[in-house]
Amino acid sequence: MSENRVNDFVLKIGTVNGTGSASANGLLMKALFRMGIPVTGKNMFPSNIQGLPTWYEVRANHNGYMSRSGRVDVMVAMNAQTYKQDMDEVSTGGFLVYDSTWPRERELSRKDITVLGVPLAKLCNEQFSDARVRILMKNIAYVGVLAALLDIDHSVLQTLLEETFASKPRLVDSNLQAIDLGFHYAKENFVCPLPVRAETMGDNSKHILIDGNSAAGLGCVYAGATVGAWYPITPSTSLMDGFKRYCKMFRVDENSREKNYCIVQAEDELAAAGIVLGANWVGARAFTPTSGPGISLMSEFIGFAYYAEIPSVFFDVQRVGPSTGMPTRTQQCDIMLCAYASHGDTRHPVLLPANPKECFEMAVSAFDLTERLQTPVFVLSDLDIGMNDWMIPELEWDDNYRPDRGKVLNVDEIEGLEKFYRYLDSDGDGIAARTVPGEHPKGAYFVRGSGHNKLGAYTEKSEEYKEVVDRLLVKWETARALVPEPVLKPAQKHTGIGIIAYGSSDGAVLEALDQLEASGVYANYMRVLAFPFNGEVKGFIGDHETVFVVEQNRDAQLRSLLILETNTDAAKLIPILHYDGMPIPSSCVVEGLFAHLRPEAVA
Amino acid sequence: MTYIAKPKIDLPGQRSNKLGLLRRDYEGVLSTLCAGCGHDSITAAIVEAFWELSIPPEKVIKLSGIGCSSKTPAYFLSGAHGFNSVHGRMPSVATGALAGNRDLICIGVSGDGDSLSIGFGQFGHAVRRNINMLYIIENNGVYGLTKGQFSASADKGSRAKKGEINQWKNIDSVSTAISMGGSFVARSFSGDRDQLVTLIKAGVMHPGCAVIDVVSPCVTFNNHPGSTKSYTYTRHHYHQASQTDFVPPASEITASYAAGESKVVELHDGSKLILKKADSGYNPTNRSGVLRYLEQQRTRGEVVTGLLFINALLPEMHRIYGTANTPMKDLDFDKLNPGGKALAKLQGLMR
Repeated sequence: MSENRVNDFVLKIGTVNGTGSASANGLLMKALFRMGIPVTGKNMFPSNIQGLPTWYEVRANHNGYMSRSGRVDVMVAMNAQTYKQDMDEVSTGGFLVYDSTWPRERELSRKDITVLGVPLAKLCNEQFSDARVRILMKNIAYVGVLAALLDIDHSVLQTLLEETFASKPRLVDSNLQAIDLGFHYAKENFVCPLPVRAETMGDNSKHILIDGNSAAGLGCVYAGATVGAWYPITPSTSLMDGFKRYCKMFRVDENSREKNYCIVQAEDELAAAGIVLGANWVGARAFTPTSGPGISLMSEFIGFAYYAEIPSVFFDVQRVGPSTGMPTRTQQCDIMLCAYASHGDTRHPVLLPANPKECFEMAVSAFDLTERLQTPVFVLSDLDIGMNDWMIPELEWDDNYRPDRGKVLNVDEIEGLEKFYRYLDSDGDGIAARTVPGEHPKGAYFVRGSGHNKLGAYTEKSEEYKEVVDRLLVKWETARALVPEPVLKPAQKHTGIGIIAYGSSDGAVLEALDQLEASGVYANYMRVLAFPFNGEVKGFIGDHETVFVVEQNRDAQLRSLLILETNTDAAKLIPILHYDGMPIPSSCVVEGLFAHLRPEAVA
Repeated sequence: MTYIAKPKIDLPGQRSNKLGLLRRDYEGVLSTLCAGCGHDSITAAIVEAFWELSIPPEKVIKLSGIGCSSKTPAYFLSGAHGFNSVHGRMPSVATGALAGNRDLICIGVSGDGDSLSIGFGQFGHAVRRNINMLYIIENNGVYGLTKGQFSASADKGSRAKKGEINQWKNIDSVSTAISMGGSFVARSFSGDRDQLVTLIKAGVMHPGCAVIDVVSPCVTFNNHPGSTKSYTYTRHHYHQASQTDFVPPASEITASYAAGESKVVELHDGSKLILKKADSGYNPTNRSGVLRYLEQQRTRGEVVTGLLFINALLPEMHRIYGTANTPMKDLDFDKLNPGGKALAKLQGLMR
């Protein structure tokens, strides 16, 4: 009853957090990667340190689909607490592996799946004496079981272990023993490999495995950011961890051991924002990574930076809201918040990466944009992009790149001025030249969030106030021309159906397009890369009878933004929403489209 | 706050400092605070101190939060870059500015509402990080701009202009700063210009966070009988615990203090603070002793002034971080960017 699924399967592992399963799961991911199979790993973890259920989902797919598919072909249930739930999730024809040291034959029975019991605890207890080692090795043992069942190359596993434990060869041996325990048990007791299996495929050498937060942190290093301020918050913490890790690699002077970076762990997000503004004000490139609650707290400073025109980069790695919400689950729920953050008339450029490669690239462009535009710039990632393991094409770097510092007057330029006025726009792009403190007495001016005129002086005069805020709208149009344009993927055939999405919804849409095409439904797909919307966004909506807006929040925020900003006919924008906290699967997009196009068929 | 440019008047007999600058070069725009406001005296003391120290104004950044006190950076050092931030958040902006350029001379002006209520956290953390700045709290015990509410520094039992009696124990910025791990904590009175100028000079040269709480009566909302932050009350309960002299590095110490009466504290640049004990046995380097002394004086209703605590050896933020001596903003891009080859090599570990 099981179909053949070679290099096209989802493997899900349910464990208890704090038991060291992460390294076992990473080992599996990397092994499949080294076999040349496109692979992604998604971590579904609790907001907890030890003892609660956690899952890791690996998708191997020869087409390179990166999103969740909505199915589970092989489930490894290591957590008795969730056996029932884990079993229910297995797709028809799939397999459930569990620790049969304590048999659960009656409990774990489903006619349409195959249950494979492996006495992992018993095997490990016989082999290893230390209690902690037994727990850790149980995880490595299930890797061995899967290696046999899925036909994962044993020599690849061995090489990976040797690389990982290069400095502790003894650990290589014990890990290999654990792998063999599982491997041999499976070989002796089951028909191996399963119809669901891996097969050495292409060449992944031009690809890497990386999470979006590490990539963004690396991007900050490459952009020349020197000051990072932050308050720890899931799921953005690993961005600053990444920045620090790469700074330690690349930014410590070999001789003096001086650090060419300064990371301040602030007392809260308000202070983190203040530090970012202060550092940018004096001419350093500074940023803060945070998540939705942090943006709420930073909002007063964000409005200040907008009005006083101070460059600043904010990474929002979105998690489930509102309020504390579900901190370890993903959503795209802050686009509206970031677009208009703070009181009064405010609006901000927002970059929308869809994968770690774009996190790296957009981190760099965010600094150029913020300095060019002298306004806060957001990079809106999310937990799925930020914390999960993605396979992406190698990152590239152009050594000719030089940062765009925007209109910053140097000492000679200031010297040449009769008098410096901070908010005078001399060339009509809505951006006035700035000076940095410490360089020239003539460059001094007063930064203030209170009413100011174009000369930089305090004002309460209506006309003077309006002149400045109206210029900010001119600047907004400059921003529109500078932010990245949307990416269009036209359908093979002419169609009146369009799809708009952004960020981590991209993978699900791309896979859905292929599935839809297979059922004879064609759609043009536009992925927006930034706010304000530019290029063909408005035209795209105008050109289609129906435009599905796919996003991961309850209130269709991107759709609302499109309606507000493009003045389009709301009726033709059909929301497809996914907001349960898990990354959006392609099935959600397909079903959403059919529900609208063929309601009778779905009903 | 209206913007009024201050006329630059040449007075006969004005002296120049070492940079050839006059006092007026250290002034700002005309104050729009109430006539007689203590804050204006503090502004004058800042002008005097920076002029005497011959600090180039463009090397100075002056920051503030929101409130009457926070308006004052406009009234001094027009050649310095100013930053009037959001309410209570001046310390974080100062932290960032110093993170980005450690060579700047930073003065933050705040008030009791700004630092002890809305910005209490940021105040504490600036002190704790010992960022290299002069942090002045212009303390009048009252919210002036919103017309007379008690602030967190108002003493319990103090009477408001409209008659209300404050029921809450005050937050004392001085003992708070000391217990937060402060390295330089002083109190002064806007009416004592000589002491204030000396403390400001010492605070500027101190290599860390120098907190000076300055009792500064609000003539409009907190200068009536029953107020404990009025001119009359402060003058009557004024008590100098230590007297400070600041000696720049190049000058000889000529102050004639008898041995045993004075204590010399040397700063990193070789300048010296000479602390004369106004109270016998007062030792501003003994943290627990200082806190005990302050508590005793507080229960007596005394306003203790002077340099109350100092530890010039506490490392400031950058020393703790091990940051490069070159300001972050001046680091060469080639030094910051690892380049394409390094990126390719790094990615070898991601497969």
